[in-house]
Amino acid sequence: MSRIEFTVNGAAVGVDGPHLRRLSDVLRLDLGMTGTKVGCDAGDCGACSVLLDDELVCACLVPLGRLAGKHVVTVEGLGDDDDLSRLQRSFLHHGAAQCGICTPGMVVAAEALLARVPHPGEKEVEDALGGVLCRCTGYRKIVDAVMGAPDFDLAGASPAPGKAIGQRVERVDGVPKVTGRDIFGDDQTPDDSLVLKVIRSPHHRATFQFGDLERFIVDHPGIEAVLTASDVPGRNRFGVIPATADQPVFAEHETRFRGEAVALVAGDKGSMEALDLESFPVAWTELAPITDPETAMADGVHLIHQSRERNVLVRGLVRRGDVDAAFANADTVVESEYATAFVEHAYIEPEAGSARRDGDRITIQVTTQTPHMDRTEVAAILDIDAGAVRIIPTAVGGGFGSKLDMSVQPFLAIAAWKLGKPVRITYTRPESMMSTTKRHPSRLRARIAARSNGELLAMEFFGTFDTGAYASWGPTVANRAPVHAGGPYVYEAYHAETMAVHTNSPPSGAFRGFGVPQSAVCQESLFDELADAVGIDRLQFRIRNSLTAGEPTVTGQVFESGVGFRECLEALQPGWERARAENAIYNATSPTTRRGVGVAGMWYGCGNTALPNPSTMKVGLHREGRIVLFQGAVDIGQGANTAMTQICADALGMDMASISLVGADTETTPDAGKTSASRQTFVSGNATFEASRRLRVQLLAMGDASDDAYLELSGNRLVIHDQGASTVLVLPDLAADQDGFVALTEATFDPPTTPLDEFGQGEPYAVFGFGAQMAELEIDLELGTVRLRRITAAHDVGKAVNPTLVEGQIEGGIAQGIGMALMEEYVPGRNENLHDYLIPTFGDVPEIVTILIESNDPIGPYGAKGIGEHTLIPTAPAILNAIRDAAGAPVRALPATPARVLDAIRRGLVS
Amino acid sequence: MATDIAEFIAPTDLSHALDILAQGRHTILAGGTDFYPARVGRPLTEPVIDITGIDGLRGINRVEGFHRIGTLTTWSDLITTELPPGFDGLKMAAGQIGGIQIQNVGTIGGNLCNASPAADGIPPLLALDASVELASPAGTRVVALEEFLTGYRSTSRQPGELLTAVLVPEEFDDATSSFWKLGSRAYLVISVAMVAATIVCDADGTIETARVAIGACSPVAKRLHALEADLAGRHGDAADAVTVEHLADLSPIDDIRAGVDERRNAALHLVRRTVASCLS
Repeated sequence: MSRIEFTVNGAAVGVDGPHLRRLSDVLRLDLGMTGTKVGCDAGDCGACSVLLDDELVCACLVPLGRLAGKHVVTVEGLGDDDDLSRLQRSFLHHGAAQCGICTPGMVVAAEALLARVPHPGEKEVEDALGGVLCRCTGYRKIVDAVMGAPDFDLAGASPAPGKAIGQRVERVDGVPKVTGRDIFGDDQTPDDSLVLKVIRSPHHRATFQFGDLERFIVDHPGIEAVLTASDVPGRNRFGVIPATADQPVFAEHETRFRGEAVALVAGDKGSMEALDLESFPVAWTELAPITDPETAMADGVHLIHQSRERNVLVRGLVRRGDVDAAFANADTVVESEYATAFVEHAYIEPEAGSARRDGDRITIQVTTQTPHMDRTEVAAILDIDAGAVRIIPTAVGGGFGSKLDMSVQPFLAIAAWKLGKPVRITYTRPESMMSTTKRHPSRLRARIAARSNGELLAMEFFGTFDTGAYASWGPTVANRAPVHAGGPYVYEAYHAETMAVHTNSPPSGAFRGFGVPQSAVCQESLFDELADAVGIDRLQFRIRNSLTAGEPTVTGQVFESGVGFRECLEALQPGWERARAENAIYNATSPTTRRGVGVAGMWYGCGNTALPNPSTMKVGLHREGRIVLFQGAVDIGQGANTAMTQICADALGMDMASISLVGADTETTPDAGKTSASRQTFVSGNATFEASRRLRVQLLAMGDASDDAYLELSGNRLVIHDQGASTVLVLPDLAADQDGFVALTEATFDPPTTPLDEFGQGEPYAVFGFGAQMAELEIDLELGTVRLRRITAAHDVGKAVNPTLVEGQIEGGIAQGIGMALMEEYVPGRNENLHDYLIPTFGDVPEIVTILIESNDPIGPYGAKGIGEHTLIPTAPAILNAIRDAAGAPVRALPATPARVLDAIRRGLVS
Repeated sequence: MATDIAEFIAPTDLSHALDILAQGRHTILAGGTDFYPARVGRPLTEPVIDITGIDGLRGINRVEGFHRIGTLTTWSDLITTELPPGFDGLKMAAGQIGGIQIQNVGTIGGNLCNASPAADGIPPLLALDASVELASPAGTRVVALEEFLTGYRSTSRQPGELLTAVLVPEEFDDATSSFWKLGSRAYLVISVAMVAATIVCDADGTIETARVAIGACSPVAKRLHALEADLAGRHGDAADAVTVEHLADLSPIDDIRAGVDERRNAALHLVRRTVASCLS
């Protein structure tokens, strides 16, 4: 085919190859311009937005053959790392980029708008950017950034030395996110890498027989190998929890879910692009699948794993007080059942990575939330020492829990190891959706009792979680949910039981909240019914029964301080009263719409449940005159790089600009543990604080200075200012280790917890975060549609290390909660793409008002707690309660689709 | 074979394109908004004819009592072109098809030929009595849109034919028209159901003619002829005349986007709202 000549960002380029190839692939693979991201290859996500002759298009929908003589502008043409545009600076200032995977598409779409409309309004921004999906930010800060761009002239303010905590510092890793130069899983691999593709089961359950694999390779020049279970050097089994690890890299006899791998094909880039996976020689025999836990537990049903009776993976229990007596003494009892669906993480970056073998060592660069766990698991699969495996996390384009489990890692490892050549792999969107973990669907049944004066008495809760074909984080969900299912309230008696049950569905794993968002739907919904039944205002009912310092939780744990839940609820009160009054007036005259307001509380323990959960941080002073923080807490967009730098700076008493980061990388950074369970700010933050304090002590000792001193780096000199005097240390003159560090300290923090006993009693978490949200919405009485009007979120974050980042977590968690509440339901085999599986867009996230409560946690660094998962938990129940408020009857199954809302409206009208 | 390279032809004149199409081997590629999504993770190895470079197939002009909308006219073209009020419904639909990225490349001809039951472009064109122009080496024929759409993703276009234009009669220029769509989120949403209406009233506000069409509630979007007849002669309260009987011919399905009952309910209320908004 003839060479196609066009321009990219003003520079002439010529590209050969099939003319039907997508512009997105041409930019990334042929021209090496990876700023344009690929999220779906189907025009659904907008990540690949570029300008084509000044028009905004999805590069994945434009053939190379159409480009002759055209002008393409990508994010790389809109600003440089050292020459940011106003728009890019505004993005940084407003915290509009979190993980950064959608940011190039957002920036390009916004520049197209600003070229047309110099000062756009909110609706204009939403309309113009509505074709780009973001899963992290909740969109509001992007709208603010675009509206603020035309007049943006703020210089990035830098806090004074030692004063970084609590400041709205811009992300320290933000610049490459807004310029598109950040390196994600699919963005950096050598050109000669073999490309891998995975052969997957098209059935929920099947046996299979390979055909002539040798013949297949011979018939396909350029295909180098087919690897199957028999090629796994070590253990053909992995899983995040060693005791329940049960997932094969390649199925051996039977596939247990649609999308399970049976083989991989490796070949050169061109051959793999042209390979039709349908031609792979495998014959499937479909078997009857188990699709729900009720069936899975029935008599005579086949066992998905032979050792697990009735297909039950694990059970969880928390029990306290005399439940039977409490219910017998109750004046009022409410009881009901709720159902939640599979929810897909839908990060815009599909799983991707690369690997190479060097002798007896292997290096894998991959999008991951947990490099050290990956290392252990890869070593077992290859049957080599963990020390021979190096995992380097790339930038992570959204994780939300799913990138805690391995996806591409085993395939990369086995192929690189067996074939001795560099390899790379990128999942397609359907492949990502069908094969990686989901939020557990749940069936939740509870009854809750109160006295007639509104005093909460007891709760009984039974939760069944569909854990899919493999264990993944099923045990974690089953153990966390019973601790949290009562919410942050005081009970005389409590009984919560959970089960994680296998089905022939994708593995359910970790997703922002580990089962707590589900249990909160049940408990917070029932609270409204209980408050109504005893005749007390719904918010007052919560305030009256809220957990406070000094009261025991349902596991008998007592916190003497740092319990800011009641303050969160009270912060909502003015808005609650306003909304109730306004809605009453509106609803009296509105014929086809009705407004409602709902409130819900939450708590969430940071870190592992009653298990060790250490993090280690290392920090040193380099002779070249910089502080180096070996930061192994993977930043998946939440901001660990920035928060750790702020903590390090203040603990040292130095300027943030003095600090540079190394890592995360299993070779160079200590194990900071996984980015999960909202633990990094709390756990790794404490490790950072302690390591940095120790370094400060060492440095002060060098200058014989007091702890009042402040430290300053000036070139290769350390200046210690103490009591009016200054000591100057010329760093190159000091003794240094082989890496050039004149001082190097390390610290480990493991949150103090105790194991739970057989009734779930003990101290499972060192800290809980608390929060409450209020949703205001309008329902259409004829169509059953829900329009959100405002969400107010009050969260006890202990101390906001960086309020902009905290708001980002709150707004992003709310957006995901909106999705869970109103539109998201993954159905295996039916919506494995981003046009049938719907996540919220710009127009679906309303105004969000954030109220930060700072209870000053006694253990957290500078009083800080985690916040990542907390923010999603109360959103869905607050929305459900607002729907009930408006409709007059509850929706008890998620998502609250128009059909379900209409059903509630009809029931509400009857009553 | 693994190393096959797709044939990709991009003619610039129509007769050349028709000669190629006559071979019967090529998939027609225009905006690509249906082509590429159907091939995610699959090799791009089929012979393709890219028609977007053909002269004279894009844009809207008046020809002998019709507005002739070239097949390559994009949704953005429709939105930004000044057109009579009768086109308001079509413009409203155009603005709700994907994001701007899709509206900038998606074509009206592609929307009709792809013939999805959920194609947002179809009900407004049905409600405008549109017809399509099909060209082949043998000549050109014009077919009413209602006859062109023959079933779920099928049309009466013959393999060698190219849809070259959509023809909308001028008689609806001064009509009021509207479009309502139900989807499960704000942007980038495939319709659960959508309704378009075109209504012509006399000086007293009495309905002279009404055209109402509904999509995503049957394999092919449908005109509601019985309702149109019942609306004639009515006034501002015409929406009250819409009953479930008018929707009896619909055959909504249960799919990932909605169930049968939800679609029937949505259809009724969307029809009422669309008619009412034409009269307000």
